[in-house]
Amino acid sequence: MRRPLWILAVLLSHWRRHPMQLATLLIGLISATALWSGVQALNQQARIAYDRAAATFGGSRTAVLVSKDSATFPQQLFVDLRRAGWPVSPMLEGRVQIDGRSFRLLGVEPVTLPSEVGNAPAVGRGSLQSFVTPPGEMLVAGETLRDLGLREGERPQANGTSLPPLRLQAELAPGALVVDIGIAQDILKMPGQVSRLLVGKSKAPHATLESVAGEKLRLVEPSAESDLERLTDSFHLNLTAFGLLSFFVGLFIVNSAIGLAFEQRLPMLRTLRACGVSARMLNTVLVIELVSLALVAGLIGLVCGYFIAAALLPDVAASLRGLYGAQIPGQLSLKPVWWFAGIAISILGALAAAAASLAKAIRMPVLATAQPQAWQHAQRRWLIFQSATALAVFAVAAVLIQFGDSLIAGFAVLAALMLGAALILPMVLQIALAIGQRSARAPVGIWFWADSRQQLSGLSLALMALLLALAVNVGVGTMVESFSRTFLVWLDGRLAADIYISAASDTQAKEIKAWLRDRPEVDAILPGGRADTQLGGAPIEVLGLPDHTTYRDNWPLLESTANAWVRLRPGDTCLVSEQLSRRMKLAIGDHIEVPAPGGSWPLEIVGIYADYGNPKGQIAVNFAALTRRFPQTPQTRLGLRVAPDRIPALIAALQEKFGLDDRNIADQATMKRESKRVFNRTFSVTAALNAFTLGVAGIALLTSLLTLANSRLPQLAPLWAIGLTRRRLAALELLKTMAVALITALFALPLGLLVAWCLLAIVNVKAFGWRLPFQVFPLQLIELLAVAMAAALCAAALPVARLARMQPATLIRTFVNER
Amino acid sequence: MLRVTGLTKSYRSAGEDVAVLRGVDLAVATGESVALTGESGSGKSTLLHLIAGLDAADSGEIALADSVVSRLNDAGRAELRRDRLGLVFQQFNLIPSLTVADNLVFQSRIAGRHDAAWLDELVERLGLKNFLRRYPEQLSGGQQQRVAIGRALAPKPLLLLADEPTGNLDEDTADEVLRLARDLVVRTGCGFLMVTHSARLAATLDRQVNLHAGVIA
Repeated sequence: MRRPLWILAVLLSHWRRHPMQLATLLIGLISATALWSGVQALNQQARIAYDRAAATFGGSRTAVLVSKDSATFPQQLFVDLRRAGWPVSPMLEGRVQIDGRSFRLLGVEPVTLPSEVGNAPAVGRGSLQSFVTPPGEMLVAGETLRDLGLREGERPQANGTSLPPLRLQAELAPGALVVDIGIAQDILKMPGQVSRLLVGKSKAPHATLESVAGEKLRLVEPSAESDLERLTDSFHLNLTAFGLLSFFVGLFIVNSAIGLAFEQRLPMLRTLRACGVSARMLNTVLVIELVSLALVAGLIGLVCGYFIAAALLPDVAASLRGLYGAQIPGQLSLKPVWWFAGIAISILGALAAAAASLAKAIRMPVLATAQPQAWQHAQRRWLIFQSATALAVFAVAAVLIQFGDSLIAGFAVLAALMLGAALILPMVLQIALAIGQRSARAPVGIWFWADSRQQLSGLSLALMALLLALAVNVGVGTMVESFSRTFLVWLDGRLAADIYISAASDTQAKEIKAWLRDRPEVDAILPGGRADTQLGGAPIEVLGLPDHTTYRDNWPLLESTANAWVRLRPGDTCLVSEQLSRRMKLAIGDHIEVPAPGGSWPLEIVGIYADYGNPKGQIAVNFAALTRRFPQTPQTRLGLRVAPDRIPALIAALQEKFGLDDRNIADQATMKRESKRVFNRTFSVTAALNAFTLGVAGIALLTSLLTLANSRLPQLAPLWAIGLTRRRLAALELLKTMAVALITALFALPLGLLVAWCLLAIVNVKAFGWRLPFQVFPLQLIELLAVAMAAALCAAALPVARLARMQPATLIRTFVNER
Repeated sequence: MLRVTGLTKSYRSAGEDVAVLRGVDLAVATGESVALTGESGSGKSTLLHLIAGLDAADSGEIALADSVVSRLNDAGRAELRRDRLGLVFQQFNLIPSLTVADNLVFQSRIAGRHDAAWLDELVERLGLKNFLRRYPEQLSGGQQQRVAIGRALAPKPLLLLADEPTGNLDEDTADEVLRLARDLVVRTGCGFLMVTHSARLAATLDRQVNLHAGVIA
């Protein structure tokens, strides 16, 4: 037992003498683990929130009965089904406005709630009497209570009505308000109506659905994946892809540190073997050493990952709320599996990064054989093999672009492009440097190019990391900038009114409208409203637009029939959002049947419009037609056209007259500012991860150069001996690093643009349902090029400065101690 | 103690097989010191490496005490080196990250044959007392070779194998190092086989064996 410990002590003594190398290895492992586990923590946090949402009274984890052609159906069907032995429980869902903000109201019937449905037992255990007897109770999550700014027992106001007193129920999803169904029917003004029936798991025999409800209802089976999980898959895939990329960039550092340590320890390993340590024992101890280091780095990485996740969580929550309406709590709560997985990924990553070195150690002959020529041949063969693999990977990407038709295929194209580019980079650099060497005339110039080529094998992994980080930065930067510019143009069209009002109730809205009609500065009052329904089994919004020139002139349509706005007036046509048209493969001229309270509403599609940032599908119809078909639609939203110089005075007057605060009234500029803020926050996570990846790539380059610096002395010392000053040698070393970094960065630019095209034309379309125009932003590219060169300069500065200050004695020792 | 019989070894170079050893027979008795001489490329180091189990012979047999080296697998050969052999190389081959003290005890520790009193004696005789906390790079060539000899003899091996141990040292230092090695070999009673191309140094050992064109001349 003591033998392996002695060998381990010898192996570890190397790190004691080379602390910088140990730091490099640990930094690589810590960065890889931290970024990966940070992203996983964010994903896990979101999934916990989705589970809570799904478990809230009949989310997608419960089988439900819904109307075949209408948003609601009569309560009598529930009574009939119960009598026929069906274990059903009624539920009514709608939205209420509290202080100008929209909340999801769920009406449940606690006595019949199936025991396995979400929080049913908790409702039952609580004071059932006080829940069902007026004024009842309104169950909310802690986050919702905080959002409302109210305490338990207080009664919020909605549409002029007092809602039941609030009661905290921690397991509920944020944003949901749960009341007794009778109270919900009163609040939503839908007496005797039910949105769906939750179906319990009772095995008792019952009549068939058709025999009781005829053709009116259909059964929706439970799904293992919640609606939110499905919707947000692409977002989490995106995060995971970033995490994975950072992880691999971190592993590049580990690989280069371990590779160099192995090269430096070769004489030690041979001595150990000569002293009688068997190959098996040596390799076992090498693995133990690596696993121990990975364990330490993994633990530190996990702590860093926790802090990264905690720092990014507010932005991720904002992104998920902005893009999908998902409510994610702002505090991290992690399961034990996250900690174990983090340690496991650190160990597996370290073993993967060290695989080549460990394999070499297994095959290492005890006697050193100096065969530089053979080594060079092997390098050339490896380069050719690597380039051939790159071409094969590019071919796979081309096939996927041609035939792939899914989000996974989109990400696979991206992965293939990046992998192929990384693999072919050493060959590109070899060719570029060979051209440089051929054009050089002066001896130092020839050495400069030749030595750069020789250095490539040691630097190529770090340069690959730099290439990937830069390409991702260019790609994501171009995508975000394209999106940003398109979004701003779109926002100008969508927010065409000058003032937006959200009244507290329909009554107040009527009073405001009446008051506004007498104001000469108001050119137009544009009422708006929206209703929720479903199409093809998925929830959609029906948006009501008044027939007015504001919309006709500004509303951004991607494509439309002639006179689309005129054709919208009678109420038998609609416009559909781009994502809905892509999801349901709808085109102009197609007909859809929209379930409405009074029955199915047939509509012809006359236009398709962009609706960026909306997770739900949406259709736009004439406002008057909407209020006819969905009479319960709240009519609290108004847009006003006002002369620009009269806007502040009118807002002040409205606020004074109707007690409206900033949440209920805003001018166009404020709305746009807020939208841009939400937009920017949505991409701040991407920007942060981009910066992290570039930072890790910079560290990879720095550590490679630092670790290479020592092994380069035998190459540099002879030049110093024949008359090149240390300062000149340092300048040449710096120039060499900058040259290879520049070639890499120049190669990264077109690759990044290709990545951007993939994101815009494939991934975005599949993930969100919208396609954005591809644009190139030269200034942004120049900026990134400068950042890359600055990173290379920083990375090269330290080893070069060391060389410039190196004592002659150190260089002389190279000749004395060469082994 | 050491018996080498009919040993052959060839290498492949530039597509051709080059025979280095063509049937070597050699014996070293317990307590005997033998110098293996020969011109460059005669196969001296190859023979030493084969005896040490660092490389495998094409044919022939190497027997050390009751072990047949040529029949051992990698683990067996490693065990043999650890427990029964001491190796000294021209390049010293010390572990650069260990202090002199740690280098000295390393082999005896992993062999489980650590003897503190013997180690103290070695340190004393090799004159390393003041250098125990230093690292190899902080020592002169002669001092490094004395550490290498100490490490090799610390487990009290059956046979000390030395490959040009004084090749990197000046004449005076070489004489001093070899004298120490000889004394310690006598003290332990182990066999000593040294490869050298110096006739002067070879003459100081009990017997000289000359290798010429792959056979013992």
